[in-house]
Amino acid sequence: MLGVLLLGAAGAIVLSLRAGELQLDLAAVWSALVDDAGGVSAAIILELRLPRAVAAFVSGGLLATAGALMQVLLRNPLADPYILGISGGAAVGALGAITLGAAAFWIDAMAFAGALTAMLVVFGLAHGDGSWTQTRLLLTGVIVAAGCGAAVSMLLALASDTRVMPMLFWMMGDASAAARPWPAGVVLVLALLAVMPFARDLNVLARGELTARALGVRVQRLRIVLYVLASLLTATAVTLVGSVGFVGLIVPHLVRLVLGNDQRVLIPAAALVGGTLLTLADTAARTLLAPQQLPVGVLTAMIGVPVFLFLLSRSPRSST
Amino acid sequence: MNAARRLPVDAAPLLEAERLALQVGERWLCCEFSLSLAAGECLVLLGPNGAGKTTLLHTLAGLREPTVGQVRLGGLPYAAWPALEAARYRGLLAQQQPDPFAAGVLETVLVGRHPHLGRWGWEGAEDVAIARRTLAEVGLAGFEQRAVHTLSGGERQRVAIAALLTQAPRLFLLDEPLNHLDLHHQIATLELFQRLVREPGTGRGSVMVLHDINLAARYADHIILLDGRGGVIAGDRDAVLRADLLGQAFGHPLRRIEHEGRVVFLPD
Repeated sequence: MLGVLLLGAAGAIVLSLRAGELQLDLAAVWSALVDDAGGVSAAIILELRLPRAVAAFVSGGLLATAGALMQVLLRNPLADPYILGISGGAAVGALGAITLGAAAFWIDAMAFAGALTAMLVVFGLAHGDGSWTQTRLLLTGVIVAAGCGAAVSMLLALASDTRVMPMLFWMMGDASAAARPWPAGVVLVLALLAVMPFARDLNVLARGELTARALGVRVQRLRIVLYVLASLLTATAVTLVGSVGFVGLIVPHLVRLVLGNDQRVLIPAAALVGGTLLTLADTAARTLLAPQQLPVGVLTAMIGVPVFLFLLSRSPRSST
Repeated sequence: MNAARRLPVDAAPLLEAERLALQVGERWLCCEFSLSLAAGECLVLLGPNGAGKTTLLHTLAGLREPTVGQVRLGGLPYAAWPALEAARYRGLLAQQQPDPFAAGVLETVLVGRHPHLGRWGWEGAEDVAIARRTLAEVGLAGFEQRAVHTLSGGERQRVAIAALLTQAPRLFLLDEPLNHLDLHHQIATLELFQRLVREPGTGRGSVMVLHDINLAARYADHIILLDGRGGVIAGDRDAVLRADLLGQAFGHPLRRIEHEGRVVFLPD
């Protein structure tokens, strides 16, 4: 099954390398990637399309994995970094750093701190064993997201003209701005390696904290690991491509429908499917209205909003 | 795997509470008491709503620190038990079974195998066979592929019981195991645990929170009666199950009736 998903992922990347203003055939892609051929088409592929495709794939994988982890952590299938305001927290951090004129490293670091803070607020306010409800969790997330949105508007309003453009670029989150996708890819792989040994513990955690502890899962430690990893993944993705919503919600849900809720399968599958989906979405975003380019976040929201509303309306127990 | 340490001490009682007292906030749930549960025995916790039966059960399960005193499992305090080894020795049936994600019955029951598998282990054919057997024991044979959220409350409760049996602990800690069960399944469940606990050579025991005094009278060896005001009466069944003591604890007069060799309590 994972093999099929791997093939799909490779196919999506090849497709995104071929598609664009200059349509390239498979042979050109092959020679650019393998033969080190040089020439215009090779330059387009290696310098423009490949980094962008990798950025889209990696951030899709990051967001989907973060969503899957947050859903187990909060035991709520509607948890998603974007909906819960985590992306918003990262945006506040990053824009704050840009306002202060900080170096690129500090922008990333502040985005991470912002994501961590937002998650701490949502997690702390909406969790408490047995006492939180789906409604309360989502409301907390929405409020945090709204607060972050206001803070972002304020930072934009106060920013000097020279700072507004980099801020907007950061916010729009299109993969074209992603110059260095590879470190983020390393983060994704490391996070997956870190979480896979705990995947069965996550299955147990889904049965409730009490049962999990009675079954020998060290719940407190596991929660902290999940919390840090989900924040790290979200912050890395947001730093790479900006605010892209709903990938973390839709992808784990789709995978769960098809493959079930065994986290040992779900987490790697979600990473692959998320990457594939965002690569395809980004390819569509830059070709549908070419030469006009859409931010990929617009496309994912156009798919994600109806899916989210559908899930919310058919959720069987809205208050447990 | 755990050759270095021989846990537990086989001669020790399954469960001991030594001068145990619990406080939640400002309120004392129970004053100091001691008890010891040997293999083959069943202990029932009785008391009115909010008296602290669940809190006491969680303390006995090692999931909560006692305010005063000590709980020992197989002769050792919980702090000396690695979490997974404790999970092979004692299992808890929680009062509520959250299932936020759609899951199949067999998959849910297999979660009980967690403490028996290594970090990278997957459930094998043997684990699946155990899970199927326990489903049959709770009368859910043929339900393996059903989705849990399509089941009735009583069926879900039996899925949770099957998951506990799949865990195969020696000490069963059951929080209201009869929740949602009809009369037939109430008796069947209690008979099942009695049979498991009485099975010679297995060293099993059970502690359960019950609401039905008459079922407690029928299946318990020992009783802990909480009165909700901090008072505890712990002892053998017949010493605790007296109309006056029960009446005081529950705040309602009871009458003791003997009929064909069986004791029943009727509320006045």
